[in-house]
Amino acid sequence: MLDDTIAAIATPLAEGGIGIVRISGPQAIDIAEKVFIPVSNSLWRKQKYKLVYGHVVDNRTGKIIDEVLLSNMPGPKSYTREDVVEINCHGGPVPLRKTLELILGAGARLAEPGEFSKRAFLNGRLDLTRAEAIIDIIRATTEDALQLAVSQLSGRLAQEVDAILNELLSVVVLVEAAIDFPEDEVEDYSPERINERLGKVSAKAQSLIDSAEMGKVYREGLRTVIIGKPNVGKSSLLNVLLREKRAIVTEVPGTTRDIIEEILNLGGVPVVLIDTAGIRKTGDAVEKIGVARSLESIDRADLVLMVVDASTELDSEDEEIIDLVKNKRGVLVLNKIDLEAGSAVKNKNQLTFKLPHWPMVEISALLEQGIKKLEQTVVELVTGGQVLPRDGVMVSNVRHRNQLVKAKEHLREAQEAINLGLTPELVVIDIRAAWEAVGEINGSVITEDIVDKIFADFCIGK
Amino acid sequence: MEYLAGNYDVIVVGAGHAGCEAGLAAARLGMKTLLLTISMENIAMMPCNPAMGGPAKGQLIREIDALGGEIGINTDRSAIQMRMLNTAKGPAVQALRAQADKNLYHVNMKWTLENQPKLDVKQVMAERIIVEAGKVKGVVGSTGALFTAPAVIITTGTFLRGRIVIGDLAYSGGPNGQFPSVKLAESLQDLGFSLGRFKTGTPARVDRRSIDFSQTSIQPGDKETLNFSFTTNICDREQIPCWLTYSNDKTHAVIKENLHRSPLYSGFIQGTGPRYCPSIEDKVVRFADKPAHQVFIEPEGSKTNEMYVQGMSTSLPEDVQLRMLRTLPGLEKVEIVRPGYAIEYDYVIPSQLSLDLQTKAVAGLFTAGQINGTSGYEEAAAQGIMASINAVRYLKGEPPFIISRSEGYIGVLIDDLVTKGVTEPYRLLTSRAEYRLMLRHDNADMRMTEKGYQLGLVTPERFQNFIDKKAAVQQEKNRLDQTNVVVSPELKKILDRKSSSPVRDGTSLSTLLKRPEIEYRDLLELPLEHPPVDSEVAEEVEIEIKYDGYIKKQNAQIKKFEKMEGIKLAPDIDYHQVRGLAAEAVHKLAQIKPLSIGQASRISGVNPADISVLMIYLEQEKRKNREILNGK
Ligand SMILES: Cc1cc2nc3c(=O)[nH]c(=O)nc-3n(C[C@H](O)[C@H](O)[C@H](O)COP(=O)(O)OP(=O)(O)OC[C@H]3O[C@@H](n4cnc5c(N)ncnc54)[C@H](O)[C@@H]3O)c2cc1C
Repeated sequence: MLDDTIAAIATPLAEGGIGIVRISGPQAIDIAEKVFIPVSNSLWRKQKYKLVYGHVVDNRTGKIIDEVLLSNMPGPKSYTREDVVEINCHGGPVPLRKTLELILGAGARLAEPGEFSKRAFLNGRLDLTRAEAIIDIIRATTEDALQLAVSQLSGRLAQEVDAILNELLSVVVLVEAAIDFPEDEVEDYSPERINERLGKVSAKAQSLIDSAEMGKVYREGLRTVIIGKPNVGKSSLLNVLLREKRAIVTEVPGTTRDIIEEILNLGGVPVVLIDTAGIRKTGDAVEKIGVARSLESIDRADLVLMVVDASTELDSEDEEIIDLVKNKRGVLVLNKIDLEAGSAVKNKNQLTFKLPHWPMVEISALLEQGIKKLEQTVVELVTGGQVLPRDGVMVSNVRHRNQLVKAKEHLREAQEAINLGLTPELVVIDIRAAWEAVGEINGSVITEDIVDKIFADFCIGK
Repeated sequence: MEYLAGNYDVIVVGAGHAGCEAGLAAARLGMKTLLLTISMENIAMMPCNPAMGGPAKGQLIREIDALGGEIGINTDRSAIQMRMLNTAKGPAVQALRAQADKNLYHVNMKWTLENQPKLDVKQVMAERIIVEAGKVKGVVGSTGALFTAPAVIITTGTFLRGRIVIGDLAYSGGPNGQFPSVKLAESLQDLGFSLGRFKTGTPARVDRRSIDFSQTSIQPGDKETLNFSFTTNICDREQIPCWLTYSNDKTHAVIKENLHRSPLYSGFIQGTGPRYCPSIEDKVVRFADKPAHQVFIEPEGSKTNEMYVQGMSTSLPEDVQLRMLRTLPGLEKVEIVRPGYAIEYDYVIPSQLSLDLQTKAVAGLFTAGQINGTSGYEEAAAQGIMASINAVRYLKGEPPFIISRSEGYIGVLIDDLVTKGVTEPYRLLTSRAEYRLMLRHDNADMRMTEKGYQLGLVTPERFQNFIDKKAAVQQEKNRLDQTNVVVSPELKKILDRKSSSPVRDGTSLSTLLKRPEIEYRDLLELPLEHPPVDSEVAEEVEIEIKYDGYIKKQNAQIKKFEKMEGIKLAPDIDYHQVRGLAAEAVHKLAQIKPLSIGQASRISGVNPADISVLMIYLEQEKRKNREILNGK
């Protein structure tokens, strides 16, 4: 426990500003070396207690992730008395997370809540009076984290994780039963069949890694379309958001100006806003292209913000748009509540009925009311109601992804072992490791599960 | 009338598989030892399957043997068939399984006990444990005989308040027509121990002459003669076969029609039974879709016509048992010699023990075997020898001898019992071990002999043999590392035969051996000088080289594991005073009193945050003590 290397984002995840990734443990410097390339001083390992300027680079793609300042603080003159490296990222939440991901990929383990302080104390750095405070952090954050893990895992991810766990457990059990009960009537160990099943699980894990919304969102931004019939206030909403939150404006090459992608930062979540030409029934050829593009953007969007005029009854145009988006995830934005008719929000019940899973936010784009609420709603949708934990890391998300990546690696090794013709007790080591890695996402997997399932699935006994 | 019948260093109550090992080990360690049994005729009795070993259990026997125990030697002497199981799988999970001649097993063990210096064996029903001021003082038997000893090991198996059930017939009794042990159970409760209730069962024994074996298929033993003990050299054992037949829809119909007469379903039986040993009625109900269950017919010995019907364990009434058996192909005219039965019995809830198998409540009192909630001869024997070693160490004031989970199945077994507790009769499985690759049948001597020698249970000659073997393994490994192949027609022949890809000059023999398809004996065909290598040494070398990558990985994990095991927790920590522990953790820690952070982390209900809190607590205490010292 004390001899591995841990890492985490050590500063609260503020919008825009600087964030620090801290690495502590015997491998800290080696790990940092795998992700950091200094601009001028290539001997940064020797540069102690100084800031070194350079880049965090993804080795696999060669892509620069962020411009950073690194400080190398070998133990015992460091916070934890272990070797510590801190990387100051400047690019905001996305590069910060990516940096952490790379560091975890290079062999560090994600720190538990309060773990840096715990190490500092155990290594004699902090005095006795601090012990209780650290215990409090560990306790409190653990309880938060537990709640968080549960709330985060509601919905599709939870189901997928369960499905993977069940499949892996049943493969493990198949192999284990054949090992422990060679004379009972259990299914024979069949490398081909197991290989095939592992292949499927592996693909599933990969698609989860890809689609694990947080991961994707933080890498690429949340693709969001604002949609609504003309004159409901789309452009005013867009303008308000842009004025307050605009990050970068890009023009997507090869498209005409009628689709523009804007990147916003909503409560730490990067949002790629896709501005569509208004959807309207029309025979006009030029407009048709625009409409087709809009439909395509809806298709590709992660999130739909559907703007409705709160001051009028729903009409067939609204309903047609609802039909287009009803299978997407989205937020209903009821605009114009500043108008007297709007404050009554006449169409609320109808909307709830038609889009039952969509949260509803009332705003006035004109008076810039409700924008904060809208922002919160979007963030909550993405993070599953997650709040930023005390250590400032959105632990669970990085952790989920990390565990899936680990699991995939184990599955790869298991498949390799099968292809090499290795015997089942070797193959199963990595299958079990994969199962345990996925299991850490939602809490407990225990050996007893294997034993229980052997007896549940197979008729064993003398 | 109570009278003083003798003074001893160690008293072992019970002469089953746990008790025999316990009695022998204590005596061999120089203690004046007394072994008590309800009957001289049930010493080392095998009330169930006449088989020893199999996955995990076989490894356990080898470990006990390498420590200096008796079960391996006695099995070798009494075996009527030996088979290596899992030969299509890797060496880590290969395991020896023996059919034993039950009577011979009993006679041989009894003879060994009777000739063991410093050991007295007596037929005495122990009824009361004497405890004074928290320490055990001795045992009183039913005839009033009082034996004193500062260490007592209870190994009474399934006898505590035993109750036999056959259909609607039930009576108080031990297994196999023995007396139950009722007063002793009361004595344990009077001392404050919590007892649980388990159940197990056994099938009928039938008359060999009433079976038509032509309707069954033969299950022979292995051609090669193998042995459990590292010291046995038997190589010409007669291999008596077993037989296989299957249940069918007629069998299942008889069972289903009579389920209402089964004590399991009428609620007549309360104890929890083992899931790996279900009765046939259980199997038919739980796996209703299965059209047939396999039934092995195994000889109970070479001088008996009694046959054990493995797979048909039952507590149905005798008339149903007969009808059900007669539906099996080959058993149409079968005659029952002894009916199957279920037995309910009390066990001591094992969380009341420390890792040395000493009870936490009474110093010097140890329990071992099925009384601790396990099941199986091998599991019992392992606890027997460990409890005995620790009883002797307790007497000598030495620290407990504990085998860790990374060192042996013995460690896995005892840690599981004490740390995790039991919910059904516990059986060891290889899948319970985290470091299975290291806990092999072949290297049990490598893992245990030195410990046995240091304890004083392994003779110097045997230890020397072991040292020689170890050196030979190392030497041969070095040779294979350092010898390179030259491309030759012989090499090509081997590679072709094994459809193995070509190799370059300069490849070492060990690199070649790492290929899954290449075996050690293939190398002997190469035109090289081959120093003579003992077959056991060759086996060891081959395994170590083939498993090398995985062994390295497990060793790395073991290092981490040992670190946590190495952070000790004092047994007298008052967990209620440790700030920041969750309530459940406090409760569990106070009950189990783990000896290390590692052990604490395996207790269910103690989560990683609690472990962090404990580590901080330890550091706090350390510094406070240091401050006190400095202050003086
Ligand atoms: C019906 C039945 C079915 C079983 N089925 C299986 C199975 O399918 N698979 C499996 O692995 N295991 C099975 N077992 C378990 C296996 O037999 C035991 O686990 C093993 O024998 C336990 O060894 P032990 O030394 O703990 O106790 P035992 O072998 O039961 O020995 C107990 C000893 O204690 C003595 N004793 C008891 N009370 C007193 C007293 N008051 N004073 C003096 N001596 C006393 C007895 O005389 C006896 O010598 C079965 C057991 C039974 C009875």
